[in-house]
Amino acid sequence: MSQKEKLVVIGNGMAGVNTVEHILKLAPNQFDITIFGSEPHPNYNRILLSYVLAGDSKVDDIVINSYEWYEEHGISLYTGETITEINTEGKTVTSDKGTSVSYDKLIISTGSDPFMLPLPGADKEGVIAYRTIQDCEYMMEAAKNYKKAVVIGGGLLGLEAARGFLNLGMKVDVVHICDAIMERQLDRTASKMLQDSLEEQGMNFLLSKQTEKILGKKRVTGLKFADGSKVDADLVVMAVGIRPNIQLAKDSGIEVNRGIVVNDYLETNVEDVFAVGECAEHRGIGYGLVAPLFEQGAVLAKKIADVDTAPYEGSVVYTKLKVSGVDVFSGGDFNDAKDTKAIKIEDEFSGIYKKVVVRDNKIVGAVLFGDTSDGNRLMQMIRNETDITGFEKSAILQEPGANAGGGSSVADMSDDEIICGCNGVSKGAICSAIKEQGLTSVEEVKNCTTASRSCGGCKPLVSDLLEYTLGDEFDKSAQKETMCECTDLEKDEIVVQIKEKGLSHVREVMSVLGWKNEEGCSKCRPAINYYLGMVHPEQYQDDSTSRFVNERMHANIQKDGTYSVVPRMYGGVTNPTDLKKIATVAEKYNVPKVKITGGQRIDLLGVKKEDLTNMWEELDMPSGYAYGKAVRTVKTCVGEEFCRFGTADSMGMGIQIEKRFERLNTPAKVKMAVSGCPRNCAESGIKDLGVVAIDGGWELYAGGNGGVKLRKGDLVATVKTEEEVIEYTEAYLQYYRETGVYGERTSEWVDRLGVQHIQDILLDEEKREELCARMDTALSVLKDPWKEAVESEKIQKDLYEVIEAK
Amino acid sequence: MGNLKGDNSWVEVAKYDDLPVNSGKTVRFKDKELAVFRLTSGKILAIENRCPHKDGVLAEGIVSGEYVFCPLHDRKIDLTSGLVQLPDTGCVETFDVSVEDGKVYIALLEKSEIAAVK
Repeated sequence: MSQKEKLVVIGNGMAGVNTVEHILKLAPNQFDITIFGSEPHPNYNRILLSYVLAGDSKVDDIVINSYEWYEEHGISLYTGETITEINTEGKTVTSDKGTSVSYDKLIISTGSDPFMLPLPGADKEGVIAYRTIQDCEYMMEAAKNYKKAVVIGGGLLGLEAARGFLNLGMKVDVVHICDAIMERQLDRTASKMLQDSLEEQGMNFLLSKQTEKILGKKRVTGLKFADGSKVDADLVVMAVGIRPNIQLAKDSGIEVNRGIVVNDYLETNVEDVFAVGECAEHRGIGYGLVAPLFEQGAVLAKKIADVDTAPYEGSVVYTKLKVSGVDVFSGGDFNDAKDTKAIKIEDEFSGIYKKVVVRDNKIVGAVLFGDTSDGNRLMQMIRNETDITGFEKSAILQEPGANAGGGSSVADMSDDEIICGCNGVSKGAICSAIKEQGLTSVEEVKNCTTASRSCGGCKPLVSDLLEYTLGDEFDKSAQKETMCECTDLEKDEIVVQIKEKGLSHVREVMSVLGWKNEEGCSKCRPAINYYLGMVHPEQYQDDSTSRFVNERMHANIQKDGTYSVVPRMYGGVTNPTDLKKIATVAEKYNVPKVKITGGQRIDLLGVKKEDLTNMWEELDMPSGYAYGKAVRTVKTCVGEEFCRFGTADSMGMGIQIEKRFERLNTPAKVKMAVSGCPRNCAESGIKDLGVVAIDGGWELYAGGNGGVKLRKGDLVATVKTEEEVIEYTEAYLQYYRETGVYGERTSEWVDRLGVQHIQDILLDEEKREELCARMDTALSVLKDPWKEAVESEKIQKDLYEVIEAK
Repeated sequence: MGNLKGDNSWVEVAKYDDLPVNSGKTVRFKDKELAVFRLTSGKILAIENRCPHKDGVLAEGIVSGEYVFCPLHDRKIDLTSGLVQLPDTGCVETFDVSVEDGKVYIALLEKSEIAAVK
């Protein structure tokens, strides 16, 4: 057997390692591979650094290829070593630590460095770039001690850094030299919309500002601009652009311009030396986005593995991303010019803006803001220079034939095209995973390929690819909201089966209904347990092992493994005796934090598992269920007892409601409120059920939500008496319990069923009575879980004991 | 297997019957904290009680077959190998377990400690 060829890669980033991955697939045993990287990490996904900064991911989470991966593929990896010399004659490379390796083929993928403005004071402490894990770690550390950051650069990177600072609790100013942010990717209208949206999130923009000087003695204290104005800063991040890393290539006699010059096969002017990614310059263009880098890598891998390949002829660049939760897209020539006309939609209500630029009856560019679902189809039309002479102009911005349209646009995409920009997953990779592994849902594709895992913006495309790949086999019904991967059934089907077959245990449901995982998972088990309890309130024996930790422990788990204890405080009304009791217990058990909750009660935070039952015993108060998919609190305003505006006894009404429904399990948490007049001091408009006193009666509002998705409650009934408030609430909550999907808040449920439908049910006397009767049964069996735990040694031992082994 | 009681590398942690089925139990030993699980199959498995993601306490996770789901962010962890399941990555330490005379023993002592105990 002939000796393996030696392949050396300089640069352990996404471009180089992605190329190696392709080569390993094409020619598994052909090369002895060595990779050098300056950073002390395996290959990681630089695009996701903002998630690390935002605290959503840890450094380990964004590693693409772990050390084990290198080992498995027999790749020699030198991290923390920088190549300082390439000898193209003798075909060797040498590192700063003296390691010397010879090569047959050499790939340069040194990427780029952030461009640091050569400002006076740029060398002060606290002035950094935003490019590497190290920068990220520095920023997170700085956030602990400093309050105010300034980001220079209003491009994508700058905005991501700024968003990160907001998440870290810092104030942040974004300084930009132009008068519009992200001006290279967005037109004026979209740029302004993005700016408005980011300002709402708390960013402050200083536009048309040219930084002249960085102020401060040793550490930065502020910036001075060319117009003479100043701004304070404890930390300055420069995110004004990148510069291809070409010094090494230049010193080694390889032709460089702005980047390392490569031809259509990514070859440099020196034989057997290639360049790929941000350090390369192809036909005069250097790319800084991930999609072109993957396209180059695919061509280069074929070239090196000696597989026929079409030349790389450049990438048509488009941007499709989520900036701080906002979807934006742009492609082609999207700025208006003298010889162009545009088709536009601007919807200020929904925050949606779409523009298609047309020149000589051909689509040449597009910008989308807020809704980017047209993006791929428009990009295709831009690439194909589609003539739109015969088109109904206003129809260009709508998906032609809503269903078929989605499918056809992914069909036209090439296999190399990147679907998930965050994780670099191509159409080809997704399609082959669907075929080879028999995937049938977006969830499965996500778990298998990581596509759509980070920002989720490409989920519609992944769904289109499923439809496109599976064709007739694509079961639309498989896209229904199945509970989890363990089953193809959805909630209604499961509940029907539980009733029809008389199923009575979680395990029984899973085995009779053909669960794919015998023991289910963390998604379906709690759901089944809820449905069983809802269907058979009197007979069902709750399965605590199928409860999520909080509901099993009857306390809310905190990030450090301690718990929080919230005793019931009906209607937010307490008294000195209870307050003293809470204070005594908090002192006795050294509770580190005592807080008033949003639901008008007291939260004892940081309690050790083994202290829980003793505390409950001494508190001798019922559980507030501040941890469960259950009725939580009824918030009240002062009402007529004291308030000079009050028209009804809101506290009394709230206490009655809370006493009636406490401990009731529901599909998701239920928060309620009673206000004594339409001033609505208890915020009844954003509760799952909000009650508002009006002159001579009460209004009931359904489906309000003050959480992730703000939703104003809908008026579903107006009643006269307190008894009727209880009666309608019983019917409403019971209907929600019976028809809600586990995990679905009333806000989503009301939207799904329609306000009118819920109103019809509540106003139908016969239906209301039936619902109330079933609610009666459900409420009749509930017991206080804290008391149960205090009285049962078995529960204490099974759930709360910690064994100290010796 | 010989008599574990006399072998100092094994530490007795609980009676087998005292461990609740399909649940985890927190066990502390010196500076270590373990999650010990009695599975529906009857098998006992022990791992370090800290999820590699954000230090979630695994003893309180939902147990399914030979896996546990971290209660904080739902990472799925193989109790036998300690490996976090895809698409997440990471690994927790696992410990050898043995049941003898209705008692559960876990291999907890490092070799140097055994010498010291003797």
